[in-house]
Amino acid sequence: MLHGSTIIFTSFAYLGLLFAIAYYADKRADAGRSIIASPYIYSLSLAVYATAWTFYGSVGRAASDGIGFLPIYIGPTLMIALWWVVLRKILRISKQNRITSLADFIASRYGKSALLGGLVTVIAIIGILPYISLQLKAVSNSFTILVQYPDIIMPSVAGEAPTREDTALWVAMILAAFTIAFGTRHLDVAEHHQGMVAAIAFESLVKLLAFLAVGAFVTFGIYDGFGDVFTRAAAVPKLRAMMTPLEGVAGGYANWVWLTILSMMAIMFLPRQFQVAVIENVDEKHLSKAIWLFPLYMLAINIFVLPIAFGGLLRFPDGTVDADTFVLTLPMAEKHELLALLVFIGGLSAATGMVIVETIALSTMACNDLVMPLLLRLPSLRLNERRDLTGLLLGIRRGAIVLILLLGYLYFKLAGEAYALVSIGLISFAAVAQFAPAILGGIFWKGGTRRGALWGLSAGFAVWLYTLLLPALARSGWLPISLLEQGPFGIELLRPLQLFGLSGLDQITHAMIWSMIANIGAYVAVSLSVVQSADEHRQASLFVDVFRQTGEGGGARFWRGTASVPDLYNLLARFFGAASADSTFADYATAKGLRWPDDPLVADAELVHYVEVQLAGAIGAASARVMVASVVTEEALTIDEVREILDEASQVVVYSHRLEQKSRELEAATAELREANERLKELDRLKDDFVSTVTHELRTPLTSIRAFTEILLEDPDVEPAQRTKFLGIITKEAERLTRLINQVLDLAKIESGKADWVESGVDMKEVISDTLAAMGQLFKEKGIKVEARLPERVSAVTADLDRMIQVMLNLLSNAAKFCDGTNGWVEIALAERDGALRIDVRDNGSGISADEHEAIFSKFHQVGDTLTDKPHGSGLGLHISRQIVEHFGGRMWVESTPGRGARFSFTLPVGVPT
Amino acid sequence: MSEFQSKGQRFVALCMFGLLLFNYPILALFNFSGTVFGVPALYAYIFAAWAALIAMMAVVAEADR
Repeated sequence: MLHGSTIIFTSFAYLGLLFAIAYYADKRADAGRSIIASPYIYSLSLAVYATAWTFYGSVGRAASDGIGFLPIYIGPTLMIALWWVVLRKILRISKQNRITSLADFIASRYGKSALLGGLVTVIAIIGILPYISLQLKAVSNSFTILVQYPDIIMPSVAGEAPTREDTALWVAMILAAFTIAFGTRHLDVAEHHQGMVAAIAFESLVKLLAFLAVGAFVTFGIYDGFGDVFTRAAAVPKLRAMMTPLEGVAGGYANWVWLTILSMMAIMFLPRQFQVAVIENVDEKHLSKAIWLFPLYMLAINIFVLPIAFGGLLRFPDGTVDADTFVLTLPMAEKHELLALLVFIGGLSAATGMVIVETIALSTMACNDLVMPLLLRLPSLRLNERRDLTGLLLGIRRGAIVLILLLGYLYFKLAGEAYALVSIGLISFAAVAQFAPAILGGIFWKGGTRRGALWGLSAGFAVWLYTLLLPALARSGWLPISLLEQGPFGIELLRPLQLFGLSGLDQITHAMIWSMIANIGAYVAVSLSVVQSADEHRQASLFVDVFRQTGEGGGARFWRGTASVPDLYNLLARFFGAASADSTFADYATAKGLRWPDDPLVADAELVHYVEVQLAGAIGAASARVMVASVVTEEALTIDEVREILDEASQVVVYSHRLEQKSRELEAATAELREANERLKELDRLKDDFVSTVTHELRTPLTSIRAFTEILLEDPDVEPAQRTKFLGIITKEAERLTRLINQVLDLAKIESGKADWVESGVDMKEVISDTLAAMGQLFKEKGIKVEARLPERVSAVTADLDRMIQVMLNLLSNAAKFCDGTNGWVEIALAERDGALRIDVRDNGSGISADEHEAIFSKFHQVGDTLTDKPHGSGLGLHISRQIVEHFGGRMWVESTPGRGARFSFTLPVGVPT
Repeated sequence: MSEFQSKGQRFVALCMFGLLLFNYPILALFNFSGTVFGVPALYAYIFAAWAALIAMMAVVAEADR
């Protein structure tokens, strides 16, 4: 059994849990380890969009016109697709200007106008009241129904009206106390309520789980899956007609489209959505996840709406049970009391989440944009001289919270009975949609003016009052119903529900069309016909060009006047207390490279702007401006001066872009030059090495020639045999010298690209045979065994015949030189494969160690220790050979293991010159 | 900046696509009395299109970070 006391106890336990979560999150935030700095918490907190209206009312609306409730969630999905463009810009603007609320945003955009801020606040409060009353109605209704368990009796026939209204009043008071505890414990400089956000995210989880639980219970517990519910419903003719609800309904598609547009506006401009999406956002990057997670949440919470609606209609066919209560009454009818209790808690979550965030947002607006500007203007209060204003600010906010909830309760008493939940919510949607032209116009169109916004908002709101609020009051009996039926003073054209004779649409669509025409029309027309003031012009460019500005100091450029540091300090201290003011000034000083309070600060434009922005974070832009103006002497800038500064600024931006580009180009050029320089240095070093090696190589034979000629010259009595031997050495050394010089010249020619290449089709088999024939004598003398493995015929290659002979001679003479001294053996192989010829020359010498495989192809490299071994050659032969082979598109390399001989190979691509 | 701009353009295109999906005349194509696994065609279409749109938004949002 569910006693009233059980329900009340569970509710309070749940609220206590919420408070614990919020308290923990606040403690963590104070310790600098925020738990809400996560895109998932951000996405969940956005789901405060789903209120008791979603929880109970969606099913109610679905039960009357099928999918008619879906635009309320599809619209936001479409709007969220634009968040990357729109919300990111609003976020950036709000961070830079320390925006504290929706009203603050609009006031700030239009020249920090206190009048505009006040108007927005009034519209928001009046517009949202029906919505708050909806939450009170939902909670008190669900409580009244649940208490009757196991009977299912609708509140309207319960016959105990006084008790029920008491319930709503109690709910309002408890929520007010709760909200005060949540949102106004202390004055935060950044207007962040981390504890509240954590609690809201938790509530979003609870309501989703509760709704999914009841949805799954109805769909899979009572019925046999989605198909079963719909098939059974389709058997009832009345329900079958609802499944194609867009057919034949007058204005069906128009209603659908307008509801979509309305919801697109609501997701941006409901004060509580603005609060969680913009004010409470801690990191712009969270947007990337929220953009798809939040729509996914909305999809999830809507999946079971239609099955529950049809399930309820099938279960209670006689219409005695209000469709708005199906979520609760279905589990009750099936005697699942725990599930019913869970549903009640889910609904309570949805309602409290909405009420808490909404009233905090509204109370901030009421305090910063309505009460404070008024109080500051009353000279008799001497507010400018009060020492500490923190308590006053918190007091105003607490009072505003209580007042707003009481007004919500009042609306519930006045008009709550006449409408279903969804219709009440939509009235509020239509009210906040009035902010769309001023905000969207304000961030994308510099031409929007303060007066335009004032006129647009006033006109749109007036139409809203006339076409939506007035009929609501009339239907509840507070105004004569004849007003709706015959029009005021009997003028039919002015009937609130068929204004100027427009009929055939539902009430919301009708109101939206007229209010938007009035709102946008006045906003644009007035903006175009009046001149902007200097303040407006400055704020307009700060907002529209927010992505083009660099730091936070964007607004400082526009201030000229005199101020004193102590005055500014005292101003901050009065609102935040001395400790907070000290740390704020210390931050500023640190950013300037100074130390507070030891180093003197200059009260320049930047400091004044800094103080104003900090102050705006607590009391709103318009009030902050008034407060700062009270302690500084300001020279007003003319519109021309503002324009000049803006033009200068944009010039500077252009110049700095150009400079950046130039410096990037310069950097690239420098890097190239450095590289070239490195290359040159390397070449220079190579050249030096080359010259020293060449001279060294030349000196060895020269020394020996000179020594022997000197002997012959000084001693004529040398024996003939000795003489012949000496002369032989001289000749040999001279030959070596000639060969060396020839090779150096040859190399110089090849490397400088001046070598004469005679290209023709060359038969490599012939080259090898010729070379072998030329060297046959040498091999025979040394007793070296030569094996040639040549195919019958090979394709010709494009090469220089003499050069090829030079390469073969070089490889073969190397092989002859290095092969085994006593048992010499050389093998030559020629093969054609994959369009290339491959020539291998193998010997059975001592081999070459792996680290020498590349080195031997470099200039003047000689294998072995040149100090002890007599050099066997110039050290240029292999280098030149490789150059030649590579010139003809081939490759040359060596494979060898020390002690097991070496194999020199090269390839040449097949083909004759064309 | 160009990355942000191209991302913005993709999102605007998605929004346009969504407006098309959930509007006359595409919506009217599914406004008949057929069923998909017992679920009325209109309901099935709206939820499927909605899910697809969210999936595409996720892809664009999480792309080249």
